[in-house]
Amino acid sequence: MNINATMFGQLISFAIFVWFCYRFVWPPLIDAIEARQKKIADGLADAQRAVKDLKLAKEKATDHLKDAKAEANKIVDQANKRKAQIIDEAKEQANREREKIIAQGKTEVEAERNRVQEELRAQLAELAVSGAEKILERSVDKDVSQSIVDKLVAELK
Amino acid sequence: MAADSVSGYIQHHLTNASMCMADGHIAFNHHCENAGFWTWHIDSLLFSVGLGALFLGVFYYVGQRATEGVPGKFQCFVEMLIEFADNAVRDAFHRSDRFIAPLGLTIFVWVFLMNLMDLVPVDWLPQLFHLMGAEYFKIVPTTDLNITFGMSLGVFILIVFYSIKVKGAKGFAKELTLNPFNHWAFIPFNFLLESVTLLAKPFSLALRLFGNLYAGELIFILIAALVPMWFQWTLSVPWAIFHILVIVLQAFIFMMLTIVYLALAHEDH
Repeated sequence: MNINATMFGQLISFAIFVWFCYRFVWPPLIDAIEARQKKIADGLADAQRAVKDLKLAKEKATDHLKDAKAEANKIVDQANKRKAQIIDEAKEQANREREKIIAQGKTEVEAERNRVQEELRAQLAELAVSGAEKILERSVDKDVSQSIVDKLVAELK
Repeated sequence: MAADSVSGYIQHHLTNASMCMADGHIAFNHHCENAGFWTWHIDSLLFSVGLGALFLGVFYYVGQRATEGVPGKFQCFVEMLIEFADNAVRDAFHRSDRFIAPLGLTIFVWVFLMNLMDLVPVDWLPQLFHLMGAEYFKIVPTTDLNITFGMSLGVFILIVFYSIKVKGAKGFAKELTLNPFNHWAFIPFNFLLESVTLLAKPFSLALRLFGNLYAGELIFILIAALVPMWFQWTLSVPWAIFHILVIVLQAFIFMMLTIVYLALAHEDH
């Protein structure tokens, strides 16, 4: 076991190997590792941002939903109000129509009654005269009795 | 087995295949006994460079096909190692240099692979190489002091380099001479202390790794040499399982200490 030239042989190969490793082996591998680390870090940051975005989007969606519900309620309320209004109007119109029809009927009935009264009065007068004529067959002063009958008839009114 | 053959067996397994220039031509093993410093342990170098090239080749392949998107399983595995080294550096450094983390990764994986050779049964590959004509063959580079010192020397150079780069030559000289006693009369004493501190770093790095792996390998060799063949697994399997821990731990310690030493070099007192 003695120290000899082998030591320098080893020293030279050591130097060459370290230089080779430094120059050709190390850079591509460490670059790949660092690039991948960066990719992973970026990916994680993206994922975090995506989670935040998702949360925001959900909140927005909830807001939109709330707005839509409020809108719908408003529309339903308006519709209900309009419905009540239409019903009221219809009722009013119907009432007016009814009153008009009733009034018309009343005037017609009145007119008919007047006519019948008139007719009855005329017939009764005739009947009374003829009755009286038959009762008083003989010399009844037509003029006097007529005036009496007329008076009676007038009282019937 | 006779005591002689046992020690011979162990000795054989602890000898590196060496190569040198003798009398103007290439010589091997026994012919290199007198070559002195200019001897090369070709087995250690072959496996260390081979494993390093394998590691870098595979990682380079993965790096060229790396995708930022969903990675494949193998890319995941490589990225785990990359992040492991990167985190170790980030934890130790306030201001990180793009160079330190690849350095840590290279050290960790390379040392781990070299240590891993320790788990290959001690006779397999030496036998194979023996058949191919090699007399000696040690397949665990980190049980060779030259290999661990080669790496720790590299780390030492980096420590000095970063000390000077961050603090300037003057700052570094001050750190060596005016610590821990800030008085001119203590300069020699301080320098002695600080030099020992500085030099202890590569020594401790190299010796710790070498010691752990050498001891581990020695145990495997002893089991193989002394225990009957059919009984060996009862000892070598538990030791191997325990050793899995050691080889990862030693690779990790080498990387961590390198990073810490370099972090210290970056610090201003």
